[in-house]
Amino acid sequence: MQTQTLSTYFLFSPERRTANMAASGGRTVRYFLWKCGNCCSNFNTVSSNLTRQVLSRQLCVSAVLHRKNLAAAGPEKFSEEFIKKQVEEFNIGKRHLANMMGEDPETFTQGDINRSIAYLFPSGLFDKKAKPLMKHPDEVFPKQRAVQWGADGRPFHFLFYTGKQSYYSLMHDTFTKALAVENHQDRLRGKDLFTQDAKQISLVGSRWLLKEELEELLVETISEHDYARFIQLMERLLSLPYCSVEEDFVQRYRRQLEIQSSKQQVQPLQYDQHGVAYSTGDGRRKTATGTVLLRDSGSGSISINGTNYVHYFPVLQDREQLMFPLHFMGVLGRFDMQCSVSGGGHSSQAGALRLAISRAMLSFLSEEQVETMRQAGLLTPDPRIKERKKPGQEGARRKFTWKKR
Amino acid sequence: MAAGVLTKGLCGFRQPRIIAAGYSCSGPLYATATAVKTLPLQTDSTAVTDKIQNLPLETPDFFRLSELFSLKDLFDARVHLGHKKGCRHRLMEPYLFGSRLGQDIIDLDQTMAHLQSALNFTAHIAYRGGIILFVSRRRQFGHVVESTAGDCGEYAHTRYWQGGLLTNAPIQYGPGVRLPDLIVFLSTLNNVFQQHVGVRDAAKMNIPTVGVVDSNCNPSLVTYPVPGNDDTPAAMELYCRLFKMTINRAKDKRRQMELLQGLSPAGLTQGSS
Repeated sequence: MQTQTLSTYFLFSPERRTANMAASGGRTVRYFLWKCGNCCSNFNTVSSNLTRQVLSRQLCVSAVLHRKNLAAAGPEKFSEEFIKKQVEEFNIGKRHLANMMGEDPETFTQGDINRSIAYLFPSGLFDKKAKPLMKHPDEVFPKQRAVQWGADGRPFHFLFYTGKQSYYSLMHDTFTKALAVENHQDRLRGKDLFTQDAKQISLVGSRWLLKEELEELLVETISEHDYARFIQLMERLLSLPYCSVEEDFVQRYRRQLEIQSSKQQVQPLQYDQHGVAYSTGDGRRKTATGTVLLRDSGSGSISINGTNYVHYFPVLQDREQLMFPLHFMGVLGRFDMQCSVSGGGHSSQAGALRLAISRAMLSFLSEEQVETMRQAGLLTPDPRIKERKKPGQEGARRKFTWKKR
Repeated sequence: MAAGVLTKGLCGFRQPRIIAAGYSCSGPLYATATAVKTLPLQTDSTAVTDKIQNLPLETPDFFRLSELFSLKDLFDARVHLGHKKGCRHRLMEPYLFGSRLGQDIIDLDQTMAHLQSALNFTAHIAYRGGIILFVSRRRQFGHVVESTAGDCGEYAHTRYWQGGLLTNAPIQYGPGVRLPDLIVFLSTLNNVFQQHVGVRDAAKMNIPTVGVVDSNCNPSLVTYPVPGNDDTPAAMELYCRLFKMTINRAKDKRRQMELLQGLSPAGLTQGSS
């Protein structure tokens, strides 16, 4: 009996439902049930009834409902009573599960639920969405718009009949703000208080909302054209001299940019027993990894894996790679280096060591020097790796010899 | 009993359409459930509600809209100015005086009569709680029209008209959506000087329309055409002001009636206006 009731609480995530089933207005939602021993028969008949009802409604499904953005895909597919019922069922099921596992129902967390489900229903499937899940309905069913009209049928929003009410109402509000700023300017002109050098909104270090972020804000899908129009209107608002009156409104649709160079994590200098400052750094290039121990007040000696760098890297190009960070900052004779490197070939080992040296040097340098090093590209790891060979071709790019016949 | 209640209560609206909107997505049970939901008070005080609904129909100008505008107001707002003679639409000739220096002049006496009947109709629709949709595709006046609609608690559509808005409403908006009961066109043309799709669609869906028709527009599909200028800001502001005042008046009158009904359900005289 308990397994029977439990099986109703397990659902597949709604992304795997087809739009056909979802089109029935939330009244009938098909459950994929687990065949656990003796409880199959009555559920199968129930699901076949539902199938018949669902199939009879397929005629009126249109392309409008096949959209991916379920939240903004038009009328709600899961009504409020349905979601509430799901929440109640989930809570009761959680308690049943806790009792089954012999734990306290009051302190049964989501992690416990996940572990219990994995124990009771072990699945060998790889796709996470195919495994059985038991989550709170708010996480399972996507957030969507409630019904847009009241009991008498009158819609709540005055732009409801345009189809894109949030977007158009946003455009309307923006234009209202622009008109308000222009009126303000006219009034100032009337009193002879108009000046060209009014306080401007600072736009440095921020960017406009992306199209996806705007869609999320409005809970509506908008097209590229609509987004472009919105940005155009905002720019027009910003072009007015006294736009600082509506600064709050504008800042709501801007996001701060993260400054790139401040992401560098500079480790503090360490001192050994003689008071000499030292720091370490590591770097990678292709399959070579290298570490460097940089010691201050040295004479510019470099040892790699115990041997002198001249013997380890007979090729000039590799030695130049090692020198470059020091030469760039003008500290050639200052540091002693002990490096260890493995993997890859001689060129990639040299590149790995170069990156390791640059990173180790950061602790000895000031902020501006760090910024110059970053702009020189010394701190960026080289992302290039060997491209894989594809089937039907000789190598990554080389095709087999083409024969006319 | 339920059917009789429905026919009485929905006499101002298109009853078969509401049920038709329901049928495509679910069985007939759903449609009647919706219909019953829209009229919660019918079974309680049908006679009194009927009296409130039918009282304005007894007097010709129940809302006294003739005092809202005069011929001089129309002239000052330049409503009589039409387009050039070459742009004239053949069906607009009855509404024109003629042309002066190549520009058509609209007969303001006829405009007065048409405007009076259009405003009267709008007032009656608003009194009965109907949905009024303001439509205009002129970008110059889009904001004014939307603000007007927002101020009087009605709806506006001054944007790109999606094809199936009226004719495919249950799919686009959801089952059980209520379509507008009146569409007011403050300009019947769209941006490429063709007739707005809404005029034809409203005629298809049996929705009455009120439209300001200029000398280059086709007045045939509009239920209550109002010959007048749709290009001047002064004229548009005049129309918006008039519609806003009409709708607000009608809604206030309705609220007044309902309050009176609450106080004295038995006695309802014409002196309450």
